[in-house]
Amino acid sequence: MDWTTITSALFPNGHDVVERELFLSGSARVGEKTVAVVGTTGHSPIGVEIALLQARFILQTVREHPGRPILILVDTVGQRLRHRDEMLGINSYMAHLGKCVELARRQGHPVIGLVYDQALSGGFITSGLLADACYALPDSTIRVMGLPAMARITKVPEERLTELAVSNPVFAPGPENYLRMGGVQEIWTGDLAAQLEEALAAAAPQDERAALGLARGGRKFAQPVIDAIVAGRDALAS
Amino acid sequence: MEKLTYRFQGGSRALPQQAELVGVVGSGNLEVLIESGPLGGDCAIEVNTAALGFGATWEAVMRDFHERWQLSDARIAINDMGATPAVVSLRLDQAVETMLGGLR
Amino acid sequence: MSSYLELTARERLALLFDAGSFEEFLPPKARVISPHLAQLDAPVAFDDGVAVGRARLDGQAVFAAAQEGGFMGGAVGEVHGAKLVGLLKRAVAEKAAAVVLLLESGGVRLHEANAGLVAVSEVMRAVLDARNAGVPVIALIGGANGCFGGMGIVARCTNAVIMSEEARLAMSGPEVIETAAGVEEFDSRDRALVWRTTGGKHRYLLGDCQELVADSVPAFRAAVLATLARLRTQETALTLAALEAEQTMLAQRLERFGGLEEPMQIWTALGIAEPRSLPLLEAGPFVEQVAAYRIGAN
Repeated sequence: MDWTTITSALFPNGHDVVERELFLSGSARVGEKTVAVVGTTGHSPIGVEIALLQARFILQTVREHPGRPILILVDTVGQRLRHRDEMLGINSYMAHLGKCVELARRQGHPVIGLVYDQALSGGFITSGLLADACYALPDSTIRVMGLPAMARITKVPEERLTELAVSNPVFAPGPENYLRMGGVQEIWTGDLAAQLEEALAAAAPQDERAALGLARGGRKFAQPVIDAIVAGRDALAS
Repeated sequence: MEKLTYRFQGGSRALPQQAELVGVVGSGNLEVLIESGPLGGDCAIEVNTAALGFGATWEAVMRDFHERWQLSDARIAINDMGATPAVVSLRLDQAVETMLGGLR
Repeated sequence: MSSYLELTARERLALLFDAGSFEEFLPPKARVISPHLAQLDAPVAFDDGVAVGRARLDGQAVFAAAQEGGFMGGAVGEVHGAKLVGLLKRAVAEKAAAVVLLLESGGVRLHEANAGLVAVSEVMRAVLDARNAGVPVIALIGGANGCFGGMGIVARCTNAVIMSEEARLAMSGPEVIETAAGVEEFDSRDRALVWRTTGGKHRYLLGDCQELVADSVPAFRAAVLATLARLRTQETALTLAALEAEQTMLAQRLERFGGLEEPMQIWTALGIAEPRSLPLLEAGPFVEQVAAYRIGAN
């Protein structure tokens, strides 16, 4: 989906978001508020530069606009796969972005992620997935890795993975599966602007995803394991 | 994966009331979880193995193990990823020795 | 001198902390195994590849975890990730002096795909929550599998990273890059290049790890003690000032070295007269030699 399409749908009251080399930044009116908008488009790979640009934007927002809500627009093919990025320490750039998102949340900025097209793995693990909550459009793709590469690395035949990917929430790439896992809060249809407003109002700092995964049946063990360890129990509560 | 179970009687060596784990579930390796339990004096062993069709070999290794240690009221669980019989016997012995305080 | 690299996760816990002090939470006898591996006909581990609990270091109580690189490359699945999250939450509840993470991982466990990705994200949040609650988190990296993927990011979310010269810290492994972009881009069989690019010494020079030690348990133990003492004098939580400083540091790194192709060119740019000699130096002499040149305030 073109970034201009999603921004028009989200911000009927206007915005000044611009795109430069697949990096999105700007602000928009949502209800009575100004919202900071940052993200990527064009299925951008996330390399050191674009990670740093997103981080800088968030830090500027924290410094100059206390409390301003932040929307992270996600469309990425994943982390950039280059020797140079590894040499420079892309994991540090990603971590830095994640820490900036976390700081914003701590300082009272509601932070929402929206996957409006693609989200692969390392491309959104320290942006959308570190927001107060991450949302997705129905036609978006969220996945860890393409099946052929997964087959190569796990040594599980591609046919088997393809079979599982049809209906198994652990492998299937659609946003419904992340919804079931608790990774995605909600899938937005209909009035996107209204849903954005609701999401910003509902943003809360606690990580509820494991509880959601349990309630929705996609991850039945994460929350019970966390609970057992916190409570000092030697077994999961049945 | 293949699941195999064994149960031996006639053992007399009791184990302390604890659980121990030795080994790692990696290629050519296995983990052994050993604990005491009320089994009417028996030694019960459950094996989950990624190497299919070696039932007879496992049986021989387990018989030798029981002859060696004669455990009573012992529960042993194994996750195996293709270890050789020699490595399996080694890990089983390590598990018992760790239980009995010999190896720490 | 016991090699840290060659030990299992449990052996590292037993030898690094005070003898007999490690008390495990949700131990293997609880048999909390992965719910997803059976459908791929893959074997499980009773601890799902990570041991978490409490231990003492010179009498000081800390919380600790060790990932087992021998099981699924230490990769994080639903249960594994939840154990780390539970540990970090409990550390906050009990006001632990620190959480010490012995990391060895390929990142998200592909066999658990979506569940693994969300799990790693939850670990990241939990590390940052612990820091924000005043609990310092330290990462140790020294296993054969290195620390990659989402866990490579988690490592740089902690207060301090300690690496051995054998260790590697990165995001994507060289094989993945070679498959995606060709052998010209990154020859994964060129071990020397792999270590120059992602190894402990290079990360130490860039300032991405704060201590570089020999591959030995006593060396890691001493480094953890020194790090704990140092962290007591610093802010544990994230602050705007610290992140702005990190922004500047990372921007300068990109500006100075972004046009270079070979890690040794970076070392030269840092002012090191004989970069070729660095890989050959033992940890101690290496640290001494580069002290004046490496980036990075602690």
